[in-house]
Amino acid sequence: MDSTWVFIGVFFALAPLLAAAPIVIGHYLGPSKPNPIKNDVYECGLKTVGDAWVRFKVQYYLFALVFLIFDVELVFLYPWAVAYDMLPTFAVLEGLLFIVMLLAALMYAWKREALDWYD
Amino acid sequence: MAFLQDPTLIVEWLRQLLLGWGLSPALTSLALYVLGALALATGPLLWVIFLIWFERKAVARIQDRLGPNRVGKYGLLQPFADVLKLLTKEDIIPAKADKFLYWMAPILSLAGVLLLWPAVPLGKGIGGNVNVAVLYLVAVGTLSTFAILVAGWSANNKYALLGAFRTVAQMISYEVPIVLALLVPVLLARSMNLQDIVAAQDVWFVVAAPLPALIFFIASIAEVGRTPFDLLEAESEIIAGFHIEYSGMKFAMFFAGEFLHAFTVGVLGAVLFFGGWRGPGAEAYPILGLFYLWLKAFLLYFVIVWVRGTFPRVRIDHLLDFTWKFLTPLALVVLMATAVLDKALVRAGAWPRALGLLVVNAVIWLLAQRWLRKVEKRLEPPMVAQPGQYPVARYTPPEPQAAEGD
Amino acid sequence: MVTTFVFLLTAVVMLVAALIAVLKDNLVHAAMGLVVTLFGTAVLFVLMEAYFLAVAQVVIYVGAIAILIVFSIMLTRRVGAAWGAQTNPTWPFALLVAGLLTVLVTRMVRAWAPDQVLPAAAAVPADMTARLGAALVDPNGYVVPFEVASVLLLAALIGAVYVAWGGRKAEKETHK
Repeated sequence: MDSTWVFIGVFFALAPLLAAAPIVIGHYLGPSKPNPIKNDVYECGLKTVGDAWVRFKVQYYLFALVFLIFDVELVFLYPWAVAYDMLPTFAVLEGLLFIVMLLAALMYAWKREALDWYD
Repeated sequence: MAFLQDPTLIVEWLRQLLLGWGLSPALTSLALYVLGALALATGPLLWVIFLIWFERKAVARIQDRLGPNRVGKYGLLQPFADVLKLLTKEDIIPAKADKFLYWMAPILSLAGVLLLWPAVPLGKGIGGNVNVAVLYLVAVGTLSTFAILVAGWSANNKYALLGAFRTVAQMISYEVPIVLALLVPVLLARSMNLQDIVAAQDVWFVVAAPLPALIFFIASIAEVGRTPFDLLEAESEIIAGFHIEYSGMKFAMFFAGEFLHAFTVGVLGAVLFFGGWRGPGAEAYPILGLFYLWLKAFLLYFVIVWVRGTFPRVRIDHLLDFTWKFLTPLALVVLMATAVLDKALVRAGAWPRALGLLVVNAVIWLLAQRWLRKVEKRLEPPMVAQPGQYPVARYTPPEPQAAEGD
Repeated sequence: MVTTFVFLLTAVVMLVAALIAVLKDNLVHAAMGLVVTLFGTAVLFVLMEAYFLAVAQVVIYVGAIAILIVFSIMLTRRVGAAWGAQTNPTWPFALLVAGLLTVLVTRMVRAWAPDQVLPAAAAVPADMTARLGAALVDPNGYVVPFEVASVLLLAALIGAVYVAWGGRKAEKETHK
């Protein structure tokens, strides 16, 4: 096992503990006098009406979707970039073709106004 | 003073010390790992305290005021006073909040920033040596994004949820240009390992790839959520966005996480584009390498603070248009041009390659500027001149329709 | 030894998280369970020294797909509202089928190992990612799936935008 990854594993276990320590200290160091007004939902001083509920706006979903497509394409491009020395010129064209497909996808989403933010 | 030349001697000395105390070799290794992790995690956290002071002073000076100057000389003890205040605040948990997620979100957010540090090379052969470091950075960045979503949901507050959605939409939108811009140093160095990227920078990559550096820088500022892209946490906009319901030390963890993330962006920018720990004498004395890295990172952080104090906030639809319709296509075009040119110039020396790529970057930048001018011309309102006055860009409303039955 | 311990720990955590993801009423908690399971898969990849796959797993699954799922959950539910039961009346039958499948797979694996000699796990070469990249664009390698993948992603984007944004004209009218 690569020692760097063992270190990352140890760090992974340790970092949340280190981040949680001040919070726990703060929890015990501060006073504790809960009352319903303090614990109420903050809405600029007004009373809230109804549960917390956000109207479904499809833009959020579309952004996440386009991001997903691009993420997957980019993960494919990283090994291509790393192996660049070993590749013949033909491979550069293949990579370029891949990127052009990406651009085409972006252009489609742009023209279809899937990337606009209507409010 | 031999450890100045080779810091691994410190590790060896500690190992001998622990073995001498009778610990088994496996336990010694584990103890050394834990000590190293503690050092690497506590260092940035303590440094954040200084960064908070520096930012407040710098932004204040840009805004022609003094900033904190009462607590300690030059206000240097101000962050300590703030920490003490936040530690002793009451821990308010909103009613009907999802307790487990509510507690977890600030921890996850700060841990997500701390986890970026093991991949950073601090000197020749020292520090991170992760062989997929660049993608590792992207992967850990998504943890912070997730933490925000969890924070917004668990507070049981409409505005927190709305702010969280918008923040996450902004962050994932700006992640695409970042990953694209990060692909260029990987291409130029032929490796994802940050140590290799630093080692390949005989000529700093900012010369060979200024546009990806700029794209990385701008997109990272937006990813961290700082002005001019902090619409979603600004006091005058949505109060505090996804951390409305957080107070006391939990809020402090979000706050510290944001500042640390900004500094980490500076560190990463320095490693990827400005040569990392390289500098005169850094190979012989690794401590000098660490100093160079810190200096470059601090200068980049100063630019981030400078940008904060200077630019107005960007509206959310402009924000998202900027990334999807400008930064991403620009990054794709630059990537293609770099890929083609790098293969063509692969047998040239370091400097001809860098300068050739610089020329290509400049050409793409000029073309992009021309295209932007055309778009601006199409979108700006026409100049209207009143008699006897200078023409002013005035929005002329459409002619009012004739009223019914007029 | 450390590897075995970490593997067992990860396996236990993944199983618990998967059970949470499947059984919990609160959908957001279930989504968190899913995220932990996906993360556990990444840890398993690291244990097998497939580092690129591990980070790719986190970047794609936790970074994009999990966010997509959580978006759709949070956008269609209220906080604190009743979620409704997660199981339906046919659950004993499902449990029976799952149990039978587990027994079947276990017997197959155990009948396999003593007879065959498992090839020794080859050491993972240091430049694994570079070789993966070279194989992806090698004409005798995986270049056709590579390019087809890009076309597939393009098609997926077109389809998804069409399905999700089909009511575009109606949205435009109400928001202009």
